[in-house]
Amino acid sequence: MSFTTNLEDLIHVRERVQTELAGRKHRIHVCVAAGCLSSGSADVLAALKKTIQERGLESTCLVKGVGCMGPCAGGPLVCIEPEGIYYAQVQPSDAEEIVEKLDREPVARLQMSTDEPFFTRQKKIVLENCGRIDPEEIDDYIAAKGYHALYKTLATMTPSEVIAEVVKSGLRGRGGAGYPTGLKWTTVAKTGKQQKYVICNADEGDPGAFMDRSILESDPHRVLEGMAIAAYAVGADQGYIYIRAEYPLAIERLRKAIKQAEQGTFLGKNIMGTTFSFHVELRLGAGAYVCGEETALIASIEGGRGTPRPRPPYPAESGLFGRSTLINNVETLANIAPIIRYGGEWYSQIGTAQSKGTKVFALAGKVKNTGLIEVPMGATLKEIIFDIGGGIPDGKKLKAVQTGGPTGGCIPEDKIDMPVDYESLAQVGSIMGSGGMIVIDETSSMVDVARYFMEFSVSESCGKCVPCRVGTSQMHDILSRVLKGEATEHDLAILEELCDVIKNTSLCGLGQSAPNPVLSTLRYFRKEYESYLRPAEQAAANNHGGVQ
Amino acid sequence: MRKHGFSPHSLIEALHSVQDTFGYIDREALIFVSGSLRLPLSKVYGVATFYHYFTLKPQGKHTCVICTGTACYIKGVPALLDSLQAQYGVTLGETTADGELSVLSARCVGACGLAPVAVIDGHVAGKLTPESLLKRLEEVIHHELHHQS
Repeated sequence: MSFTTNLEDLIHVRERVQTELAGRKHRIHVCVAAGCLSSGSADVLAALKKTIQERGLESTCLVKGVGCMGPCAGGPLVCIEPEGIYYAQVQPSDAEEIVEKLDREPVARLQMSTDEPFFTRQKKIVLENCGRIDPEEIDDYIAAKGYHALYKTLATMTPSEVIAEVVKSGLRGRGGAGYPTGLKWTTVAKTGKQQKYVICNADEGDPGAFMDRSILESDPHRVLEGMAIAAYAVGADQGYIYIRAEYPLAIERLRKAIKQAEQGTFLGKNIMGTTFSFHVELRLGAGAYVCGEETALIASIEGGRGTPRPRPPYPAESGLFGRSTLINNVETLANIAPIIRYGGEWYSQIGTAQSKGTKVFALAGKVKNTGLIEVPMGATLKEIIFDIGGGIPDGKKLKAVQTGGPTGGCIPEDKIDMPVDYESLAQVGSIMGSGGMIVIDETSSMVDVARYFMEFSVSESCGKCVPCRVGTSQMHDILSRVLKGEATEHDLAILEELCDVIKNTSLCGLGQSAPNPVLSTLRYFRKEYESYLRPAEQAAANNHGGVQ
Repeated sequence: MRKHGFSPHSLIEALHSVQDTFGYIDREALIFVSGSLRLPLSKVYGVATFYHYFTLKPQGKHTCVICTGTACYIKGVPALLDSLQAQYGVTLGETTADGELSVLSARCVGACGLAPVAVIDGHVAGKLTPESLLKRLEEVIHHELHHQS
C-alpha cells in the first residue's frame, strides 16, 4: 500500500511533542475525568494556569488537563512531572503554594504517598496513558506511540496476520462473558466479501462500574485505533460506538477525538492515504441495561426497542441491518493497539493459563482507596482489596465482595485468597462481568443486598421472555417478605427453584445471570436468610387462622 | 432528523434531540416524530417508554438525580431518600407540588469513587450525607428565588 502519512510523520509528531516537553522543567497534570471534575478540578486547573501566567513561568512549566489517575476518592488530583509527586484534594487556593514550591520541597499537607501498593502493585496496559496525556489532544496520543500500531498493521500485515496476532495474545472479551476475541474476529472475517460493521459496546450498564467511561474520557483515541485495526482485520468499513447518554463528558471527548482522527487521516476515507477506509459514528443509548447484550444493542442502533433475540444466528453472521457484525467492548478494543505494537506473544505472558493480560477494575464501596485499578489476571482478591484498596475503612470487617455487576455474585470473606480470572470466579458462583468490584462490610445485610439486585433486574428486564419478566418479580417479592420476617423455610425452597428455572430458561444473558446474587448469597450466607425466617409451625397456625 | 436523512433507524437520535431541546417528550412531539420518520405512533411511543432516559412528563424547575448504583446504595442512598421524603415530601420519580424540585434516579452515573452521588441541575455532587444533600438543594432553590426578587 502507498501512504501519505507514514511512520516518519508519526515519529516527527512524537519528537516535536517530546522536545516541547523537554523544554519545560515541570509539568503540572490536573485530572479532568468525571470523578475529579465533580470534585471541582476545573477550577483547580484554571487557578494553576492563572498562577503560572501571572508569574511568567509559561516557558518552564506546562499545566494541562489529563485523564483519570486512578485514586478517584482523593480528587481533585494533581500530579507534578517529572518528579512524580501526587497531590490529593487540591483546592484552587492551593495553586499559589504548589507553584511556589515547584523547585523546592513538595507541599507536604497535600502529598499522597506513592510508595503504597496502590501505585506499586498495578500493571498498566490499557490505562498506560490514563492520567498522562491530554485526552483532547491527538498529538499527545501520537507522542505516546499512538496510531503506530495502526500504521504497522496497514504497512506490514495482512488481515489474517492481524487476527493471528490477536489469537496468539489469548485476549478474551472484557465485556463479561470472556469469549476469545481472536475467535470472534475470525468468524466475522470468514463471512466473505460483504458490507460488515464493527461496533464498540460502550453501554456500560453495570452500576458500580466505570472502567469504560474512564478509558473513553482519558484516552479516546486508543479505542478508535483498536476499532480501525479490527475493521481492517475483518474487512469492515463502517463502525458505530454505542455509548450511554449518561456519560456526557465521554461523548464530548469521543466526538472531538473522531474529528481529530479524521483530520489526521487515521479514520475516514483512505486512511493514511491507503485504500483502506473506515468511518465511525456515535449512537447514544437511552438508559436500558439490557442494551449491553449484543443483540439488544443492535436492535437499539437500528432505532427500535432494545430487546434481545435468540442466538444463533450470532451477530457475526447476521447482525446490524442483517449484516455480519463484530461487537467488542471498550476495554477489549483498548487492548488491541499494545498487542499489535508488542506482539501477541508478549501479551500472552501476562496473566494466568486461561485468562491472559490485565483487567481493569472499578473498586468501590466500603474500601479506603476507591478508584480505577489495573492488575494482571490472577491477582488475588486479597491483594486487590487489602493491598491496593488499602482495606476496609472505620475499623470494620470485610463481609463480601460483589463482582460482575447486578447479575454477578457475592464472594464471602473466607474466599478472598482466590485468584481473579474468568474460571475461578465462575467456580465460586460469580462472574468476571465488566469489572465492577464492590466491597461490602459487616454493616450491610446480604439479604437486603440480594433484594437490591433483584429490584434492579425487575426494572431492567425487557419483558420479552416470561421466566425473566415474571420470575424476577416473584423473587423480589419473596426477598421482600424474608426481610419483613414473613417468610418460612418453604419460601426459601421456592426461591431456589425459581433461581433454577430463570437461569436455565431465560432468553438472554440478563435473565440467565439474574439469579446469581441470590444463589451466591444463599450459598454463603444462608444463616442470614434463616435468621429472618418465621418458624414453620407458627406460619401454619397463622395460615389456618386465615382460612377460618 | 435532517442530520440522519429522516431514516426510521434514527428514531432514538430524534427522541434525544427532542428531549435535549424541550426537557421532555410530549404527545405532540411523539406525533411529529412519528410523522416525519414515517413510523407508526405505537412504535415511537413504545421506544420512548422502553428507555428510562426519556421522560414524557415535564420536570420541575430543578432536578436532583440520585444515583442508585450499587456503590451508592451500599454507602447510604436509602438515608438520602428518607431525608428528601422528610424535607420535601417526594421520592424517586416525583415532583414537588410547587414544581420546584424533581427527584429522579439514575442507575449509575459512573462516579462510584465518590459514592453516594447525586446530580443536582447537571452538577455532580459526591460523598453526600443527608445534611449536605439538603443543604445543596436549599442553596440551589433559594439561589433561584433570590434572583427573581
